[in-house]
Amino acid sequence: MEQHHSAKPHIVGYLFSLILTVLAFYVMLYTSMPMSWKITILLVLAVLQLLVQLFYFMHILEGDGAYQVINVVFGIFVAVTIVAGSIWIMLYNTMLE
Amino acid sequence: METTTSTTKGYRPMEYASEEGRLKIFGFWIFLGAEIVLFSTLFATYFVLVNQTAGGPSGKELFEIKIFAMETFLLLTSSFTCGLAVLAMRKQSKRGYFGWMGVTLLLGLGFLILEIEEFAMLVEMNAGPTRSAFLSAFFTLVGTHGIHVTLGIAWVTGVMIQVWKRGFTPVTSRKIFMTGLYWHFLDVVWIFLFSTIYLLGVA
Repeated sequence: MEQHHSAKPHIVGYLFSLILTVLAFYVMLYTSMPMSWKITILLVLAVLQLLVQLFYFMHILEGDGAYQVINVVFGIFVAVTIVAGSIWIMLYNTMLE
Repeated sequence: METTTSTTKGYRPMEYASEEGRLKIFGFWIFLGAEIVLFSTLFATYFVLVNQTAGGPSGKELFEIKIFAMETFLLLTSSFTCGLAVLAMRKQSKRGYFGWMGVTLLLGLGFLILEIEEFAMLVEMNAGPTRSAFLSAFFTLVGTHGIHVTLGIAWVTGVMIQVWKRGFTPVTSRKIFMTGLYWHFLDVVWIFLFSTIYLLGVA
């Protein structure tokens, strides 16, 4: 009962999101790390923000929790395959040029 | 986790009270899975075409940090206030629901206005969707997200009118919960947009 009616997870989630967003802006705009580091950190921060939304705001574990998680994980799997696969194929598609 | 056990052990928020409600919410999660895939194809297109500027401007010259930082803050905060609105619904507080959902709508509108201004500015600078493959992909991706926000505002408004007329029933509660999921999802997509399109574009 407590979990369903408490604003605490929302406030904690909002604080986490704000911190992660500010970090992303800071790393990309005000540091002079190599680009590959920046991109890695940026992706890690984005994935953390995704988890904050799913768990703190969207309550993914409520209801049919396990099936919802499987469904979202499968969606992400297809998404990563499409994005990474497309970039990989087009990057090494030098024979046409 | 705590939440799962408490839902399986008898207590359920009203939107989960009926089997129909539970199935529709699960169905909505499946829809969101399909939305992830939809956006992934647009992201893939963008990343493939990002350097094809056809002698035109690149993201570095076009994206304004102030604008997309503001957009990010507005949408992130609206996701938070939307969560509070759903929470108010669970506490059966009409005032809380209308108050927080109203704030959510205003923040969403603010986001949309900034985005429309940005698009208009780009078109004025001769950097519209027909300028280069990069800009076609950019407008398609960011525009699709913008259309989702527009639809979200219309849907949330519609559900608010229903709640105004009928109060919190198992059906309206379920709809409120689903609009909440949708709104949070819009912020999820934006997280990846501001990170990989805008921040990576200007860095």
